[in-house]
Amino acid sequence: MSEIRVQNLRKEFGSFVAVQNSNFVVNDGEFFVMLGPSGCGKTTTLRMIAGLELPTGGQILLGGEEVTMLRARERDIAFVFQLFALYPHMNVRKNMGFPLLAQGMPKAEIKQRVEETARLLRIDHLLDRPVSGLAGGDRQRVALGRAIVRRPKCFLMDEPLGTLDAEFRDLMVHELRELHNRIHATTVYVTHDQHEAMAMADKIAVMNHGVIEQFGKPQEIYDHPATMFVADFIGSPPMNFLKFGGGLQKGAREVVVQGANVAVPEIREDFAPADFTLGVRPEHIRFDDGSKLRGSIYGTEYLGTTQIVAVETADGMLKARVPANVPLRTGDQVGLTFNAQRLSLFDKASGRAVMTSAREAANG
Amino acid sequence: MSAAAHSVVEPSSTSKRIAGTLIILYALISMIPLFWIVATSFKTPPDSIAYPPKILFTPSIEGYCNLFTTRTRQTPEYINALPPAESFCDETVRKRNMVIAGPSNFLPRFLNSVIIAFGSTFCAVFLGTLAAYGFSRFRVPLADDLLFFILSTRFMPPIAVAIPIYLMYREVGLSDTALGMILLYTAVNVSLAVWLLKGFIDEIPREYEEAAMIDGYTRLQAFRKVVLPQATTGIAATAIFCLIFAWNEYAFASLLTSGTAQTAPPFIPTIIGEGGQDWPAVAAGTTVFLVPILVFTVLLRKQLLRGITFGAVRK
Repeated sequence: MSEIRVQNLRKEFGSFVAVQNSNFVVNDGEFFVMLGPSGCGKTTTLRMIAGLELPTGGQILLGGEEVTMLRARERDIAFVFQLFALYPHMNVRKNMGFPLLAQGMPKAEIKQRVEETARLLRIDHLLDRPVSGLAGGDRQRVALGRAIVRRPKCFLMDEPLGTLDAEFRDLMVHELRELHNRIHATTVYVTHDQHEAMAMADKIAVMNHGVIEQFGKPQEIYDHPATMFVADFIGSPPMNFLKFGGGLQKGAREVVVQGANVAVPEIREDFAPADFTLGVRPEHIRFDDGSKLRGSIYGTEYLGTTQIVAVETADGMLKARVPANVPLRTGDQVGLTFNAQRLSLFDKASGRAVMTSAREAANG
Repeated sequence: MSAAAHSVVEPSSTSKRIAGTLIILYALISMIPLFWIVATSFKTPPDSIAYPPKILFTPSIEGYCNLFTTRTRQTPEYINALPPAESFCDETVRKRNMVIAGPSNFLPRFLNSVIIAFGSTFCAVFLGTLAAYGFSRFRVPLADDLLFFILSTRFMPPIAVAIPIYLMYREVGLSDTALGMILLYTAVNVSLAVWLLKGFIDEIPREYEEAAMIDGYTRLQAFRKVVLPQATTGIAATAIFCLIFAWNEYAFASLLTSGTAQTAPPFIPTIIGEGGQDWPAVAAGTTVFLVPILVFTVLLRKQLLRGITFGAVRK
């Protein structure tokens, strides 16, 4: 059992609050990703789980056992650092055996375990090499090996792919997920890269300013962002925002945006008149000359199977993802329609998503 | 404005050659005193005070014989009656109508130097490493003020406090003891050691220790197994600086040591021959005295260079 339970976790550095009352549970064997921009508190949260920082308040439970104030070495966790932190004065074999040596394991057993792990990661041919000469991907594998070799309760990874070049990163994303599928170890992974998060995670927590903005499966987060921050942070290009005003009534299925009636999922809560935002993903925009919502084409970005089209509207620029074979010319006037069931609505002042039938169905 | 002023091109081979020649010339000029000392140590006493000075001379090890021995003058009859000379030194000395009476004090003084210089260097580097690690890794209250305070012991020349230290040492019985000298040199060197080592340890990423602590080690074990091996360059550079100071120190040594704990620097000038200074013996003493530091420096010259350029070539 190695579920991670974080309750009301809080960390202050002087007057700066790095993490504000975080709550989440990572189930046994889950690959959990904390995603957010730099300085959002994700690394601090990870370091508190590891025991490298002590929290100002709250509790951390590993496998049901309270570890909040325990030392790092007493927690039975493994940590993969962004810069790998391979001990430069030891070769690959010694690096990987180092945690086992601390446990007082006999030499022969260490040798066997290290070699077994090295084979799993396909680095057995590097075992007697110094770590300084290794390529980025191999260093990464050695760092992973040093973590796996002890069979800890859980793995904590702090942007472990941050320093690799793009080609290696894609490869390692694939390898990491595959490794996880094989050993099913509870993993907490910190990154600012949404592609890594989407590709690997079972669950994602999107953090901003020390607060978890949304916690859920990758698809939930993409399709039904809980806040405007999440909507803007996830997706490339991000979600488009269109302003509209007036109140919202429970049961309404339409809102008025720039004088055009736009169908939306059924609204499930009442709102007094205020500023609202309609959120629409680029792939949910279609061109339809019959629509009253109009714009002119500003430019296109060809991506092979699709193209990203920038459309200038009265309310600013929108980006649409349409098939690459749709002929479009800069300056063309186009009408815009949206896929009603995939739209999100936000209260502009708080940034919070308005409850709709689509959200309810997803949460249900 | 000339274009050369902003030029970043490789210097021409001519200018490189001129620069090289100048450097070699400068090195040669700097080494003249050193050369002169070594040369004098192989001269006979008359050659050493000859005027004009002799550059070409017949080498002799009389200086070294005189350095390591004490001699007494005897009549030629007495010397002739002696059994044949046993050693080369014996023979050399007899030619000057003298016989070897026993070993001189040079060897014990030299050993004092070794014990005091290496002992104090070890203490300074040991304390310095621990203090530097503490300052580098922990939130020490008033850390900046403490570091400034540590450095402030270097604001005046140490010799400025020689008299109080002399009186204090006499009171507590540390005068003319190796322990007293080790304590004194450690105190002088530890500030340098803390500052130098803090810079080196700051450069070692914390992640290494954190990784070791997560891997199941205590902080002290992590320090010993992960930080220390990576700090060896810095420790070596610091050790050389401390050692050079302690080895060469003259003022305190001549004031605070006179007998059993006397180090080589104050001893060497006291080597007196008949009819004035025995220059070859003094030069021989200086030459022997140079050897350990020379060996140490050559062995660790890479670290020394890094120590000197430290801070100038940060990434």
